[in-house]
Amino acid sequence: MEIPYAVHPRPDTGIYNAKVGIWLFLASEVMLFGGLFSGYVLLRVGADQWPHGWLNVTLGTANTIILALSAITTLLAWVACKVGQFGKFKFFHACTLLLALSFLCIKGYEYHDKLIHYEIKLTDGRIADGHRIASDADSVTIEGRYVTDESQLYDLRAQKNIPRDEIKIPRSQIKSMENYGPWHNTYLALYFTLTGLHALHILGGSIVIGYLWGPGRRLWKTDPQHFTNRVEVSGLFWHFVDLVWIFLFPVLYLT
Amino acid sequence: MEPLVHTFPPYREREAAHAHEAHAHHEDIGFWRQYIFSTDHKIIGIQYGFSALCFMLFGFFLMMLMRWQIAHPGSPVPVIGPLLAKLLGQPAANGVISPELYNSFGAMHGTIMVFLAIVPLAFAAFGNYVVPLMIGAPDMAFPRVNMASYQAYVLGGMVMVVSFFIPGGAAQAGWTSYSPLATTIPTDGQFFWIIGMVFLITSSLLGAVNFIATIIQLRAPGMTWMRLPFFVWAQFVTAFLLLLAFPPLEAASLMQLMDNVAHTSFFLPTGLAVGGQLAHISGGGSPLLWQHLFWFLGHPEVYVLILPAMGIVCEIIANNTRKPVWGYKSLVYSVLAIGFLSFIVWAHHMYLTGMGTKISAFFQATTMIISIPSVIILTCLFISLWGGSIRFNTPMLFALAFLPMFGIGGLTGLPLGFNASDVYLHDTYYVIAHFHYVVAPGTIFGLFAGIYYWFPKMTGRKMNEFWGRVHFWGSLVFMNLVFMPMFAQGIKGMLRRMADGGANYSAARVPDAIGTLPGTIMELHTWILWAAMALGIAQIPFILNLFWSIRHGEKVGDNPWHSTTLEWQTPTPPPHGNFAEPPQICRGPYEYSAPGHDTDFTPQNEPDAPAMTPKTSPAPAAH
Amino acid sequence: MSESHPVDFNSYLRRCLFVFIAAVCAVSLMIWASYLPQDHFSWPLKVALILIVACCNALVVAGFLMHLISEKKMVYTVLGFTVFFFAGLLALTVWAMHDFPAGTTH
Repeated sequence: MEIPYAVHPRPDTGIYNAKVGIWLFLASEVMLFGGLFSGYVLLRVGADQWPHGWLNVTLGTANTIILALSAITTLLAWVACKVGQFGKFKFFHACTLLLALSFLCIKGYEYHDKLIHYEIKLTDGRIADGHRIASDADSVTIEGRYVTDESQLYDLRAQKNIPRDEIKIPRSQIKSMENYGPWHNTYLALYFTLTGLHALHILGGSIVIGYLWGPGRRLWKTDPQHFTNRVEVSGLFWHFVDLVWIFLFPVLYLT
Repeated sequence: MEPLVHTFPPYREREAAHAHEAHAHHEDIGFWRQYIFSTDHKIIGIQYGFSALCFMLFGFFLMMLMRWQIAHPGSPVPVIGPLLAKLLGQPAANGVISPELYNSFGAMHGTIMVFLAIVPLAFAAFGNYVVPLMIGAPDMAFPRVNMASYQAYVLGGMVMVVSFFIPGGAAQAGWTSYSPLATTIPTDGQFFWIIGMVFLITSSLLGAVNFIATIIQLRAPGMTWMRLPFFVWAQFVTAFLLLLAFPPLEAASLMQLMDNVAHTSFFLPTGLAVGGQLAHISGGGSPLLWQHLFWFLGHPEVYVLILPAMGIVCEIIANNTRKPVWGYKSLVYSVLAIGFLSFIVWAHHMYLTGMGTKISAFFQATTMIISIPSVIILTCLFISLWGGSIRFNTPMLFALAFLPMFGIGGLTGLPLGFNASDVYLHDTYYVIAHFHYVVAPGTIFGLFAGIYYWFPKMTGRKMNEFWGRVHFWGSLVFMNLVFMPMFAQGIKGMLRRMADGGANYSAARVPDAIGTLPGTIMELHTWILWAAMALGIAQIPFILNLFWSIRHGEKVGDNPWHSTTLEWQTPTPPPHGNFAEPPQICRGPYEYSAPGHDTDFTPQNEPDAPAMTPKTSPAPAAH
Repeated sequence: MSESHPVDFNSYLRRCLFVFIAAVCAVSLMIWASYLPQDHFSWPLKVALILIVACCNALVVAGFLMHLISEKKMVYTVLGFTVFFFAGLLALTVWAMHDFPAGTTH
């Protein structure tokens, strides 16, 4: 006996099996990101001070638009399957994959930017903060500024014209030096964890869509409806990943 | 060699007309794809069952080692001591269990029993084998996802076991892995624990999706929701609990992993000092956040542990009283209520974290309310016995014992659910006794009952009845002897997780101090140790019986218990695809001793006799 | 899967254009809201505004791109419970961390 309702919907529920499955899975993903978001809410509400303006809004906006576009190309790829236009499917999902790749590249650039951004506590009590340009055995050169107190580094939105001078610091004057990685404070911990998990989902989704676009397309010839269902189900996952970013972007970049 | 799952030939002879094109591909697929990389739900169920029972035995051994240490702190373990020293090195030097090793045994005993033994056995093993058969489906909705979920489980289990042998040893921060301890303990075991948990959570999530989709979509024609056997309802709710409650723990595990590996401070507060020195962390984290996210899963998890067993007990009681179970609708609504409420009671595990009165009152209220549907279920099962024609076979003995044992476990949960009394009882042996009563003579008895009950469907033979009774009485008596004294110990103030068994707080060591543990309480350790050993010995007949009966048990037909549910209306063992055609369901699941029938049971898919007009038809059928 | 309505590529294109424009508007609105002057608009207020816009954006994406508007009751039920439990997790955890006996923290 074949497994029923794998391709055609069950009359009383009106859905086919994989769609039930993917919505259930997405429900669990809502709880997964929900758990992380509740951690974010708690840690932020309980914090004395919280950074503002530490992330590049332009790059974030670009990523948001890229993902929104990719959600649209994903939907259109499914529509193309529904109307039997396989060529259009190939085109739209190729776009989806390229957009996903660009998203990940921009994300990688942003991560790199944070990892070369240093907060250097000096022996005389000052703090130097900026991006590392050069470093050798004797000194570290950053492009940034000096501040007297760490709290001045937090709210960048409130500060206008932050100086970016080239500062060369001999290592003998450095008390401690730490880059803006997830270990630096809870905001960055949340940023890297949330966007990192999200990026893993983008990667996973891309692999599935890539499989359907590539080797998996054989199913179109033998059972186009089953293939269309797979495209729809993977599209639902992709849209969910876009939904998560719709909340991640404002919460991390804009607030 | 008789394969455990037949391919279609038995049916082909009888149903030649339809059968052929549907399973032209069910030819011999080779040993590996049939038994190891199988996508058949029955094989996967057996794989889960076998693995889970092995882990349960391993968890039992860990417990025995701990009980030895508690009763004889600092003494070398007899017989196994040298082996431990050889395997584990310094932590077990001279065969003595060091405090760190004790802690790792404690943490891993809990983790292994909950996540590697009980849940896989109760939910995945029984669920996988029985649920598709009970609803008339050919398999689970997503067979390859099913295989993937088993493989993830095995990987997770391997990671957990391997962690014992790494430098520093296995996780030591309890099965609850509270931060900051879990991050500051100098062992990689915590890292392994988290990785293992991620695999296990993935396995459970995939399984949960599969179960829910299968039960919703693959019910046979005529199998309406209210005709489902209660076991299927229990598995359905359990799957939902796993689906929605596990992900926040996965999120928390990810954050704790980041704390351990990337030196973040999700759960590490500002000003944390480790070993007298200020920790080099960014701070700003919240240890309470871990507790909330952990217990958000932790509480639904305990319902995951109990609900499948309740389902099994219900099936066996109906079958062995030869009458419908009392209050089917109440059972269904109660199990749904338990599922729903279990998400909003979790902070009763956190009464001592400094929560205020309002929030404590909220969780106390929901905790009290959730006891109501639990009692309803137990009451329905008890009342089902009234007027029944009871057959006292081994499955029924275990199912009957489940009722008072779960009663004790559940009732002793009440003082823990009340904030005021929990202030005293929290983190004492009272808690250990409570939850072990629910899981050990509770759930595990339900699972034993299920093994004895469904064994004939898997193998075509019954397990030996005499040794089944020996196993039953031994387990019942000794489990009570092990856990009942712990209530007294807990009330007297003995705390959990003490590697010396409380010797530090005993009246013998500090006779003039107030509130020390009296000698009578400390002496109980020795009794408990003996009872635990006897409990272990009582399992030997079961293990031998299980393997021996596969080949030499009494041969029986397809429906030896004369049951009404669908899994018994298939050949033995059920072939790949289960049913040649979708069975037509005509009635509810417990039509036992229905008036006007020749037999005292009517299977769900047996067609109505043509002469009988169905009672529910509104008018004489138009001919 | 048989849909009750015929699938027309151009109507989907129009739908996608609508969603995209809505997304761009939402993003612009959120960015504008985040740059509102600090002295008149506190951060909690700005966060609330931004989250409301984000929710609307999410509903548009979910409703149209994921077909949630025309989904079946079973899916709504699952999602309904999920939303309830997520809200519970968030609300109860935040409440728990802020309800403690007086004088026990600094």
